[in-house]
Amino acid sequence: MMALPVILSFLLPLAGTLILAFSAGRLGPKASSVIGVGSVGMAALATAWTVVNHTGGSEGITLWTWMSVGNFQPTIGLAVDNLALVMMSVITGVGFLIHLFAAWYMTGEEGITRFYAWMNLFVFSMMLLVLGDNLLLLFLGWEGVGLCSYGLIGYYYQGSANGWAAFKAFVVTRIGDVFLALGLFLMFMELGTLDIATVLARAPELWQPGSTTANLAALLVLGGALGKSAQVPLHTWLPDAMAGPTPVSALIHAATMVTAGVYLIARLNGLFLLAPGVLLLVGVIGAVSLLLAAFAALAQTDIKRVLAYSTMSQIGYMFLALGVGAFDAAIFHLVTHAFFKALLFLSAGAVIISCHHEQDMTRLGGLWRKLPVAYGGFIVGGAALVALPLVSAGFFSKDEILWQAMAADQIGLLSVGLLAAVLTGIYTVRLILGTFHGEPGSDHARHPEPGTNPVTHHLPLVVLAVLSTFIGAWIYPGLHGLFPQAPGDTTETGHTLLQVLAMGAAIAGLLIGAWLFHWQRDWLSARTRGGVGAVLWRFWHHGWGFDALFDRLLVRPWQWSVRMLRVDLINLMMNLPAVLAKAFNAGLVRSQNGRVRSYALVMVFGAAAILLTLALLPGGAA
Amino acid sequence: MILVWLILIPFIGGLLCWQAETWGDRAPRWIALVTMLFVLVISLGLWITGDFALPGEGTRHWLLEWRAPWIPRFGIEIHLAMDGLSLILVALTGFLGALAVLCSWHEIAHRVGFFHLNLLFILGGVVGVFLALDLFLFFLFWEMMLVPMYFLIALWGHSGSHGQTRIRAATRFFIYTQASGLLMLVAIIALVFVHYSNTGELSFSYDTLRGTDVPEALAPWLMLGFFVAFAVKLPVVPFHGWLPDAHAQAPTAGSVDLAGILLKTAAYGILRFALPLFPEESQAFAPVAMTLGLVGIIYGAVLACGQQDIKRLIAYTSISHMGFVLIALYSGSELAIQGAIILMVAHAFSSAGLFILSGQLYERIHTRDMRIMGGLWGRIPVLPGFTLCFVAASLGMPATANFVGEFMVLFGTFPSAPVVVVIASVGLVLAAIYSLLLMQRVHYGPEYRSGGLRGPDLREYGMMLALLVLTLFVGLYPQPILDITTPIAGPAAELFQQAPTELANRAGEVN
Repeated sequence: MMALPVILSFLLPLAGTLILAFSAGRLGPKASSVIGVGSVGMAALATAWTVVNHTGGSEGITLWTWMSVGNFQPTIGLAVDNLALVMMSVITGVGFLIHLFAAWYMTGEEGITRFYAWMNLFVFSMMLLVLGDNLLLLFLGWEGVGLCSYGLIGYYYQGSANGWAAFKAFVVTRIGDVFLALGLFLMFMELGTLDIATVLARAPELWQPGSTTANLAALLVLGGALGKSAQVPLHTWLPDAMAGPTPVSALIHAATMVTAGVYLIARLNGLFLLAPGVLLLVGVIGAVSLLLAAFAALAQTDIKRVLAYSTMSQIGYMFLALGVGAFDAAIFHLVTHAFFKALLFLSAGAVIISCHHEQDMTRLGGLWRKLPVAYGGFIVGGAALVALPLVSAGFFSKDEILWQAMAADQIGLLSVGLLAAVLTGIYTVRLILGTFHGEPGSDHARHPEPGTNPVTHHLPLVVLAVLSTFIGAWIYPGLHGLFPQAPGDTTETGHTLLQVLAMGAAIAGLLIGAWLFHWQRDWLSARTRGGVGAVLWRFWHHGWGFDALFDRLLVRPWQWSVRMLRVDLINLMMNLPAVLAKAFNAGLVRSQNGRVRSYALVMVFGAAAILLTLALLPGGAA
Repeated sequence: MILVWLILIPFIGGLLCWQAETWGDRAPRWIALVTMLFVLVISLGLWITGDFALPGEGTRHWLLEWRAPWIPRFGIEIHLAMDGLSLILVALTGFLGALAVLCSWHEIAHRVGFFHLNLLFILGGVVGVFLALDLFLFFLFWEMMLVPMYFLIALWGHSGSHGQTRIRAATRFFIYTQASGLLMLVAIIALVFVHYSNTGELSFSYDTLRGTDVPEALAPWLMLGFFVAFAVKLPVVPFHGWLPDAHAQAPTAGSVDLAGILLKTAAYGILRFALPLFPEESQAFAPVAMTLGLVGIIYGAVLACGQQDIKRLIAYTSISHMGFVLIALYSGSELAIQGAIILMVAHAFSSAGLFILSGQLYERIHTRDMRIMGGLWGRIPVLPGFTLCFVAASLGMPATANFVGEFMVLFGTFPSAPVVVVIASVGLVLAAIYSLLLMQRVHYGPEYRSGGLRGPDLREYGMMLALLVLTLFVGLYPQPILDITTPIAGPAAELFQQAPTELANRAGEVN
């Protein structure tokens, strides 16, 4: 294998960042876009070159030893295997299309240079995350993508709320990252290495399956994955992260970064197989997130927030797959999800820009004739999201997950997956009907300006739409050699029944959605205005009240302690000697008042006191 | 002889600056800059040509050594020596000294010559501290840093946010460090007399005193005498009271030197003197020291979040970061001690960067109060980007030197004291909170006032870029530093090797 294309594939985006960052505003918007898009485009070509060159197996490139003290010797080293290649292709391929679309989306915005500098840096960090052959380098990418996410969520810095959303995203994911870091400390102490291949080789030798250490290590890694992948309970940052520009949401908060947790668990599959309890927990958390997010998506009016909850829900599917030991199915869904969710977000972006930054469904509507390309994107992407049988990419990957859950005898997880499939259908229909059908809710929706640029607007949408159909499922290579055998790989009993069930769930969801939001619209809106319906609506609208809960539980006590300690209590205590000395001084100063009378009085009392003491002391005055 | 010159050059340069004032304001600046660059170049030259091979068994190996009798009656001599650790810190002093001169180029307008005299005298004292091996000489330099620092804060400082005068801050700084320094002097003299009564030889020499057999009842107190002096300077909570005021009210150059170098003299002192002179007592003391480190990490971070003055915020973050260093020094792990050294260097870069940036902000908007900042991202070109870089370094973003330092500390400490590491890791989240809070309050949000402000000129840009490049370089390839500090970190860790399991148990109990 040649090392050059691999190195180019992440170095080019870094070069893009450096050029843009050091241009200090000298580059115009056009030049910035060309550099920003071009660097990722070339990285995609380098990735394609790598794929062509790859001869199978895992091939390593060590650039240099990062630091070396005793046996602590993490390297800047890359490992290229099929999993890394799949991730690289998604990052640079989908990433390139999103960058291209951003050139249309960001037209006329100020700070395009800053935007592309961050986006390129993100691609660089994400590539290191998937290429790193040791956990410390993976952690570098892991934190790097978090920082880029922070920078891009807060891209519109004038709004305080955007800054706080970025702040929240970083801090919440950082909490997860600390768990991951602790996991690294533990693994290094126990296994003496951070090299992923060696960790996976040594862990089964040194740890009994189900042993406390193995469970603890897996739990800590899971903590990191939960934060990054927005799973319960560290998910609250994701809906707020929609404050960033829409291409950012497409790239970071749908296609790549939020799936990093899935990648991490799949990469460390050997570790999780040693901790079956934790692995099951992964599945349960996935199922819980899947369901909670699907309900929450039903009660959003902002189209980006619907998509955000939908992302969280779909990642829940991936976690569910991981939980039943179907690592390949999880990565499969990761890939198809990257295609169709990027398509949905970019189509939403097309709607938002065409309608002059209007993204509230109550103020949109009736757009399907006027924005045919975006409408097409929503239809194809939505079909994949609900897993429309046979024609959509989502059907094949979701079916695989449900089948693996069934084969693993996890009936609970399976039924959650099926129920969520129905809910997915319902909220998707609601999203499409609310955005494109019915009466326009505002002047912005009445007079949209459709995107016309064939390269920067149409091309990314069309390519992603093609990938969201069965073609996207068909080009997924499969990673069978890489992962341990999944439960559904050896048997086919009941697969057909399950497929029928899954098709039924998807179609039922669509029908219920159409019935509720097309034919029973008035009845439904009456229900949400009062009574139980209104309570449910508010509850789901605010994402099951997690924000309020954490606010009470963590944020306010924290703010309270910050306020209490602001004066630096410990320091005040240290001032005590000074205060006492001053008080003593003040007392003495008062006693020296220059009045003979009081001096005489003090003398008399003093003498009396001394005499009395001497007299009363046992055997003293004798 | 080169060691003597390293110390003398800043002092001579300082006197020259003072005299050169008559030629105008520019002359002292250039002289001071050239002086510090001279120190930097000499130390880098030593770095490149030096031989840092591991010392042989039993013999202590110094890269350079110079000794001459001074007061033979009391066994006091001028004994200077340099190893990898002192070399790094001297080079750092030269570099940050040059930055301190550069960042006060426009800020200091009156008594320029005397300002640079004080600045260079501080730096000369610091270099002396890093090189002195005779305990009396060490104490002399230790005290010598204080006086010019006092003047720097008192004469060129800013008034505080709560109507506190800069004189008050300077006095506070002086009393704290002076009082703790006296404790160290008492401990030094007591140690010398113990040694005298044991052997009949009066000596202040480090090598001679190292093996002293101190009575069991006395040893912990002597160790504490040293520790408290260093703890005040590091600073360790609860001895930190001088730091926020001194940092906030010092001129930028003073803050840079305080955070960048003066705090490091304390960590250096612990590593060079407190641990090797009293290994057993230090080991027994380790759980307490680690707990104090934890308190510092959390307490500093909580207080940093509550500040409205940007320089006070950065000052409190120093307390938090130095907590990691303290934990590492008492962990008895080579990896952690190496990490502490990297973290010292990293913190010097990142805090210097943040202090210089807040100085540059002050020159533009004439306030340090974050309540009346906001939205600066749109008003000043380039500077917000640099701020984000140093903020990222301060919160320990990988690829910065701070990450390497903090993570080596945590990796190294984890096997012996996992509970300590778990609590210290909370500090990583808190670091994200205070760092981004600074970003949020200063650069995000609606503009408090409108109107563009000028971007950085070549001098300002160059300073920031140099610091950033160094931070990234050390973050991606710390090996040059690690290689030359191995001979120090290894033996320092071995001091604790006698009973590592016992240490782990105790550390676990304390927390």
